Amino acid sequence: MIPLDHVIGLSAVLFGFGVIGVLVRRNLIVMLMSVELMLNAANLAFVAFNRLWPGTDASPILDGQVFVLLVITIAAAEVAVGLGILLALFRNRDSVDPEEASLLKW
Amino acid sequence: MSFSTLLFYIFALLVVAGAVGTIANIRNTVAAAMSLVLTMVSLAGIYVLLGAHMIAVFQIMVYGGAVVVLFLFAVMLHGGEHEDLPPGRMRLVKAASVLVAICVMAGLVRALVGFPELPAAGAGFGRAREVGIALYTDYVLLVEMVSQVLLAAIVGALVLAKRKID
Amino acid sequence: MVTGGTEFDLLRWIPLAPLLAAALHGVLLVVVRRTVSQWVTVAISCGAVTVSFVISCAAFARLVQLPDESRLLVDHIYTWIGAGVGSQAFSTELAFQFDPLSAVMTLVVSGVGALIHFYSWGYMEVDEREDKGFQRFFCYMNLFSFAMLLLVLADNLVLMFVGWEGVGLCSYLLIGFWYSDRDNAYAGSKAFIVNRIGDLAFIVGLLLLFWMLADAGHPTVGFQDIERYFAQIADVTLDLPGWLPGGPSYRAVNVVGLCLFIGACGKSAQIPLYVWLPDAMAGPTPVSALIHAATMVTAGVYLVCRMSFLYAVAPEASEVIAWTGALTATLGAVLALVQTDIKKVLAYSTMSQLGFMFVAVGCGAYAAAMFHLATHAFMKALLFLAAGSVILAMQHEQNIDAMGGLRRRIPRTRWTFLIGALALSGALPFAGFFSKDEILVAAYGAEVAGGRWFYWLMLATAGLTALYLFRLYFQVFSGKSRVKRELRDRMEDPPGSMVVPLYALSVLAIFAGLAGFPQAWGDLSWVDIEESNSFANFLAPVLAGTVREPLAHEIEYRLTLRAVLAAITGTGLAWWLYLQRPTWPGKISSSFRRLHRVLVAKFWIDEIYGVLLVRPLVAISDRLLYRGIDAWLIDGLLVNGVARGVRALAANGLRYVQSGLIQAYMFLMLVGAVAIVALLMR
Repeated sequence: MIPLDHVIGLSAVLFGFGVIGVLVRRNLIVMLMSVELMLNAANLAFVAFNRLWPGTDASPILDGQVFVLLVITIAAAEVAVGLGILLALFRNRDSVDPEEASLLKW
Repeated sequence: MSFSTLLFYIFALLVVAGAVGTIANIRNTVAAAMSLVLTMVSLAGIYVLLGAHMIAVFQIMVYGGAVVVLFLFAVMLHGGEHEDLPPGRMRLVKAASVLVAICVMAGLVRALVGFPELPAAGAGFGRAREVGIALYTDYVLLVEMVSQVLLAAIVGALVLAKRKID
Repeated sequence: MVTGGTEFDLLRWIPLAPLLAAALHGVLLVVVRRTVSQWVTVAISCGAVTVSFVISCAAFARLVQLPDESRLLVDHIYTWIGAGVGSQAFSTELAFQFDPLSAVMTLVVSGVGALIHFYSWGYMEVDEREDKGFQRFFCYMNLFSFAMLLLVLADNLVLMFVGWEGVGLCSYLLIGFWYSDRDNAYAGSKAFIVNRIGDLAFIVGLLLLFWMLADAGHPTVGFQDIERYFAQIADVTLDLPGWLPGGPSYRAVNVVGLCLFIGACGKSAQIPLYVWLPDAMAGPTPVSALIHAATMVTAGVYLVCRMSFLYAVAPEASEVIAWTGALTATLGAVLALVQTDIKKVLAYSTMSQLGFMFVAVGCGAYAAAMFHLATHAFMKALLFLAAGSVILAMQHEQNIDAMGGLRRRIPRTRWTFLIGALALSGALPFAGFFSKDEILVAAYGAEVAGGRWFYWLMLATAGLTALYLFRLYFQVFSGKSRVKRELRDRMEDPPGSMVVPLYALSVLAIFAGLAGFPQAWGDLSWVDIEESNSFANFLAPVLAGTVREPLAHEIEYRLTLRAVLAAITGTGLAWWLYLQRPTWPGKISSSFRRLHRVLVAKFWIDEIYGVLLVRPLVAISDRLLYRGIDAWLIDGLLVNGVARGVRALAANGLRYVQSGLIQAYMFLMLVGAVAIVALLMR
């Protein structure tokens, strides 16, 4: 059987890569991708923990999976809006570097 | 080691490889997007191994399909951009970020060990029928709310992306 | 002590009727904001007070049908404050009680009040100093009637205190009624603040009493309950700080009694808290008549009588009351001698008469105090209203040096004023004679420090009363006219609506005394009335009786003779000085120039208070409380200081966190999240 420890470990590693991507990359598109990585890490944990308490055959517990579906939906919405913002930014600044958009300060 | 466990490790390796490819492809954003596809599809494989078939299908359709296609469209629109690695003004912050992120990873891995063996799941676990029933009975309110969010996001994305007519 | 109580549901309407009228006026004044005709205003106000009076009469009629020992009407509306459980349960009821004591007060307040309301119509109608004040005036007057009736009808100390504060507030509002004149506004504030000092002592006494009762297992504030359980705390002693004289421990009843008495001092203008009363004459004359002569200022006497069971076992407190009253009576009478303002003479006279009442309660003659309270209300209201007529006729000139010889110009006013003066100075068949005689008898038999001197002081003061009253009368109505010619020819008596209350009060001032026809006289063979002092007998069940041998009738006759002689001496002296030898008063005052100056300056009491109390208080309030604590500490340091600190911090450090770089923000967020998780997983 698949060891749960390893699944969760994978989820943590995936999340960490997501964090690094968001914090380090200077390309907004890739940053958004990294956000997707983090969300997927969470999804993986959801599914894994749901698998830990599957319920009975007659009445399976599906809360974790339902949440994953909701997260996927929200992620899709987020990407749509995020890319819309990115396009607007690109039109105005001719760049997708987040450091270019730093007027809102002090 | 059973076959499914072996498959899990293979998929896990692919997931990590895809993630690294996503964040490390500096020169080519399209390659990064493709690495993301790899991650998503491999994750779908893991979901199948965990018995969540329905999720796996959605994973491939929404992430592997729609989301990545969206990314590719965005890349196409701005034509890809060359990114210098020693990152501008934020050098120090970014070094620290990597450090912290690695700490988080290590911490999480260390903290989240010692779970019991996964029990055997029933046939109904993760099947489209059961997930559908759960979505439209217990979680129907949540689904409705998410649909509103989605609608708002569509409208918002349209407004943001619409080119100004001069 | 009265046991049991008969339900009488109409009771609540006695105070409520004026309250509703006041509220109606308030709505018309503030919400509707349309000038209503004077007819409507008067109809509402006088109607309400008349309703109160009629219900009071009905209640009185009901009360006297009951047997002596159960004369108590109650009207319970609802539980106002409820607290505690079990044996510590305590409730303050919104309830009214109507026992003989309340009955006397209620009848006086609503009766005299109604008459003065009618009088006010005429008085305020021709008043042109403030055009929109007519309705406001009646609103305040109704509010006052409500508060005063609440005070006298309340069945517990807390509710009584509400009325107590209410009359103080209305007094303030009405003294400063013509507020556009700063002096009037100051006089109102002065009355309010001086009263506040007394009120503090009142609260202290109230809480102390409640505390002791609660300690004894009967937490209560209702008069009936306090009296019922009072025996259990009568001997409790209180430990007080050693630097107080007479320590280390006092009998608690003395302390409570003195605290309540200080409250009464404030309300009833006794030494040392009397200074507000003369200044209170800044208000319209009907106000002076109603509030500062007939009703509110007697609240202190009522309070002491209400708590008579307490004072009856607190001889030390009683003695202090007696001497305070005696000194106030004397001081008021002496100061009244040199005043030249017609209303101030009457104000000092009021103070003096209140002193007489306190002498009575201090000597344990509670019924005599209540009797004088009632007759004084009639007499002094009469004098004030007559003075008001004089003032109207003089077109708001109040200085008696500018009057004189008015008896032909305003004969009706003159006759009523004369009746009032005769009654108050104690002429034989009039009301004041009987009540004052009773007080003098009580003072004669009292066991207070000073012994007989105490009596002689009171007798001399009674003589002074006649002197200053007839000085006033002769100065105003007799002798040569000192009025300006153009005013003299236009002078006339007030209209009927004002004269009728004067007549009604005159009748009361003449005949009210018969209610307290002394027993010693009733026993005379040619009179032969079995129970002649019906007033005292009526009150006997609710007042603590101090057991004392009644004086022998011969002594009483002798005392009466002395009182009559004193009154005649005073009157005669006034007649001699101000009619026969009108130059003498001036000569006397110039030959005793120093003394005269001291008297005119009222012993510089106001100035001494100003230096000793007011200025330090103002200085502390201004420097410490206002500038120090409010402006500097709270406003400057706590409010603006925090804001300035945050601003400085943000400007010099925190703002650099706001770099505008999203990745920096996200990094901080991550660090924060990690820190929180690390804390949680510690």
